[in-house]
Amino acid sequence: MLAFIIQRLLQSVLVMLAVAMIAFALFNFVGDPISNMVGQDTTLADRERLRQELGLNDSFVVQFARFVAHTARGDFGLSYQQARPVGQIILEKMPATLELSFVAALLALALGVPMGIYTGINRYSWVSQAMLAISLIGVSLPTFLIGILLILVFAVTLGWVPSFGRGTVVHIGWWTTGMLTLEGWRAIILPAITLSLFQLTFIMRLVRAEMIEVLRTDYIKFARARGLTSRAINFGHALKNTLVPVITITGLQLGSIIAFAVITETVFQWPGMGLMFIQAVTFADIPVMAAYLVLVGFFFVVINLVVDLLYYVVDPRLRIEREVAAGG
Amino acid sequence: MAEITFPDTPAIVARPPRWRRFVESDLLWSFSRSPVTVGAAIVAFVIILAALLAPLIAPQNPYDLASVSLMDATDPPAWLSDGDWKYPLGTDNQGRDILSTILYGTRLSLLVGCSAVLLSLVLGVTLGLVAGWRGGIVDTLIMRVADVQLSFPAILIALLIDGVARTMLPREVQTEITLYVLIMAIALSYWVHFARTVRGSTMVERNKEYIQAARVIGVHPARIVVGHLLPNVIGPVLVIATINLATAILTEATLSFLGVGLPPTEPSLGTLIRVGNDYLLSGDWWISIFPGIVLALLILSVNLLGDWLRDAFNPKLR
Repeated sequence: MLAFIIQRLLQSVLVMLAVAMIAFALFNFVGDPISNMVGQDTTLADRERLRQELGLNDSFVVQFARFVAHTARGDFGLSYQQARPVGQIILEKMPATLELSFVAALLALALGVPMGIYTGINRYSWVSQAMLAISLIGVSLPTFLIGILLILVFAVTLGWVPSFGRGTVVHIGWWTTGMLTLEGWRAIILPAITLSLFQLTFIMRLVRAEMIEVLRTDYIKFARARGLTSRAINFGHALKNTLVPVITITGLQLGSIIAFAVITETVFQWPGMGLMFIQAVTFADIPVMAAYLVLVGFFFVVINLVVDLLYYVVDPRLRIEREVAAGG
Repeated sequence: MAEITFPDTPAIVARPPRWRRFVESDLLWSFSRSPVTVGAAIVAFVIILAALLAPLIAPQNPYDLASVSLMDATDPPAWLSDGDWKYPLGTDNQGRDILSTILYGTRLSLLVGCSAVLLSLVLGVTLGLVAGWRGGIVDTLIMRVADVQLSFPAILIALLIDGVARTMLPREVQTEITLYVLIMAIALSYWVHFARTVRGSTMVERNKEYIQAARVIGVHPARIVVGHLLPNVIGPVLVIATINLATAILTEATLSFLGVGLPPTEPSLGTLIRVGNDYLLSGDWWISIFPGIVLALLILSVNLLGDWLRDAFNPKLR
């Protein structure tokens, strides 16, 4: 167990170093950092002194080590576009993205799991068939197209909800929330539906497949033979045993909500980190890009690590397999 | 059956002509039995054909400034009250015929999608063959990278590669090579599935008799891998390629929609939807909805074809 944790931790550190290397390379291969900072009339001697002060004449290894140390403290330098510390900008944008992702994840779980259970148990009812057909369309329609259609119908034609932005937000310390105002809730409905739709269909299909698999097993047949109610069989026996893969895969999948948030935020002009990244790419705002890169890398590494460890804790069979593999 | 003169001689009856084997194959039979698949194939075929023939069938060349008039900007589709049959699906903000821009845009979307899949196929199959054949540290290295990459969503990887590459390139050449950067970014995000599948089947095939026989008689390893091993591991690769084509087209459209894909001077379906998105709030829905419908139909039909192909090749489901 300990060896496994250490091995996984080591791998995570390596991945983070690779991500940091890419972020570092961004700074170094895009033009001359000095020219980005000083005006045309700065003398060569002044430039050289600045270069020395900033440590740009040090060796690659020293510079990279310094970059990692700064990054670990959350110091990403100044944004080229806004001339403010990048850490500050990210702190401002983070609440918007986290709130949106949280509502979307909740929506996907609250609807996806029951729909999966229903379609898994009643495989041939027309309601299940309809749900599956709709989910196929949900998978095939690009996220941004779903967003555009929702805007067209509910914001432009019906005028029920705003088509962009977060509505009115309330400041609580450095955190801003739209969850406390009616405007905020109205604004989050469409983006949250857009963001959750893919995950919803994914979770539904996963739960359905697992339910069908488990309902085929011998112990379910035996439970039926014992004359247990179908309620006890479906929920007490079958559902319980589908939960292990569902929890872990869903956990991994929730991470990709952050990735898809980039698209949703762009469609709805939602002022979060995803929109910030896209704007940074368009303006070649390297410090912001580098910070986003490191942040997303970190986020995914942590999710993967937690899910891996969770899998190990939840499923005893995995432990034995590993021990056998290690012994043989 | 006229060509069979000696029905008793096995050497002659053994192989009917190629087209006949195709017509009588299980594959075609299962194809004709699935109306959804036939429908998807027809839709995909029509879209691809229309895109290929775009210069011949488009009512207007939307990138020829002489044929475009700003007077006709944002005309609605022909069946609406202000519409004009000159522009069946209406016009965009610059007076270009939507139908024509869609035909040209689909061409670019397909070009990027197909090139990206081809590139990721070559990359993934090569790395998979090397990893499976050589084993050892090469195998560990390639598969570790694949594992790590698989833990991130592919679309995010494509977005990051594209964004980083775009920033690192000098500004003067950026617009000319965006197309290639985009293809590279998508290809680099989807090679993993190919590599994993090929590595798995290579490790199985490596120990079979025909490979050992080839080794014993002293065939060069490179020739064994390319000539004998490759044909036996390529089957599943084609299925993955079809499914990945849908994903690659989707990724291209998404990146273009986000404004980090193809530029407005070379619009793909995603770019067209992005342009139309700005006019959505003023009620000019047709600019983005029609390209959107074509994109959705294309992805859905390719997806359905891929699903069918996967099931048809999977002996477990027979």
